[in-house]
Amino acid sequence: MQSPSRTILTGGTLGAALTAPVMAAAAPATMDVTITIPQLKVAEYHRPYVAIWVEKAGAPAKTVAVWYDYDMKGNEGTKWLRDVRQWWRASGRTMTFPANGITGATRAPGAHKISFSRAQLGATAAGDYTLVIEAAREVGGRELLRIPFSWPAKAGAGGRAAGKTELGAVTVAFR
Amino acid sequence: MKKQILGLVATVAIAATAAVPASAHRQWMMPSSTVLSGDDVWVTVDAAVSNDLFYFEHQPLRLDAMKAWAPDGTEVAIENKATGRYRSTFDVHLTQKGTYRIASVADMLMGSYDLNGKTERLPRGTTAANLAERIPAGATNVKTAEANNRNEIFVTVGEPTTTLFKPVGKGIELVPVTHPNDLIAGEAATFQFLLDGKPAADLPVTVIPGGIRYRDQLGDQHLKTDADGKVEINWAEPGMYWLNVTTPQAGGDEGAPPPIARRVSYATTLEVLAP
Repeated sequence: MQSPSRTILTGGTLGAALTAPVMAAAAPATMDVTITIPQLKVAEYHRPYVAIWVEKAGAPAKTVAVWYDYDMKGNEGTKWLRDVRQWWRASGRTMTFPANGITGATRAPGAHKISFSRAQLGATAAGDYTLVIEAAREVGGRELLRIPFSWPAKAGAGGRAAGKTELGAVTVAFR
Repeated sequence: MKKQILGLVATVAIAATAAVPASAHRQWMMPSSTVLSGDDVWVTVDAAVSNDLFYFEHQPLRLDAMKAWAPDGTEVAIENKATGRYRSTFDVHLTQKGTYRIASVADMLMGSYDLNGKTERLPRGTTAANLAERIPAGATNVKTAEANNRNEIFVTVGEPTTTLFKPVGKGIELVPVTHPNDLIAGEAATFQFLLDGKPAADLPVTVIPGGIRYRDQLGDQHLKTDADGKVEINWAEPGMYWLNVTTPQAGGDEGAPPPIARRVSYATTLEVLAP
């Protein structure tokens, strides 16, 4: 890795273009979160409502994504947001819906990758944070996972948690 | 001797009934939700008087005095009212964001008068306004005392607000230190109680978790307000709790009928969510 990198750095215009990713690796600006929604063998299945937010000691929680039935008539899907109950208390109840850049559709079982900039995470200040993922399913259960992280972050894998019921593996990586 | 004792017991029983109306039964309201989200939501409420919480199996709570207030303080309608054999039920349309109050407040008069050598109790439903017509001509030795009862619940759409907690200055009122719609099992909550608008020290506070039918122990907590009228409550389990505050009553012990004294009571149903 060392020598190609050096070569590129001396390579003028081409080098500058390729330097950017290398620099980013040194100081990541993006968090990739992969959330696995488990396939469940149940008679009546509804995709879970999922809220993702960031906590920092002494600061209000910051919601970064909410997956819910946002497209129902009369905004009716918001009626069940309170069932994502820790998120509702930490952050949701102060928000209005749909929330620009935060509201999203519910997701099918499988792995879903979403990415957040440092600003989106509200993590512009250096320090310790916790990413919280909570899922609540109609006629089903509720589960919450926490993944601590720090900023500045190191590139690469940055944390992992695994649910038992309503959430599968959740992994965090920085780039 | 035997006769004497029986007479004594009877006197005590009557005295107790007079001074403590419905003391054996708990008045309660049970809302369908206390923490709500959404733009167009309703709450439906069961209201009853019973021993076991929260099972409607004795008497309905009458809705004559039931009122509701929106977060901005405006009165809103009690809709779809119905009173059945064991319970009343009604709906409130929650069109604003914030904390609503749903309350039944009754200010009554208790008491007695003498007529033709007998002491009679004032009928239920006597108030300062109708006292004159309730007392028959020729009655003497009229004794009255106020009874102020407040039974209320709170429900919140979105973020809890406190606009509605401005005290009216009569009876027992709750002032949130912890908001009553922000209760979580394992987190202690503090409420302040006012009597006639002033912090009320040493008021007995009883807290009972619902679901009595399916357990052997009542699980009741008996607490007292401190010098500032505040009380701290610990919720071991999530669920619905009934909270009751009353002014202490002079006991009718040793056979002497208790003096007719003002009685003030407060009841609310609180939902404690799981963490």
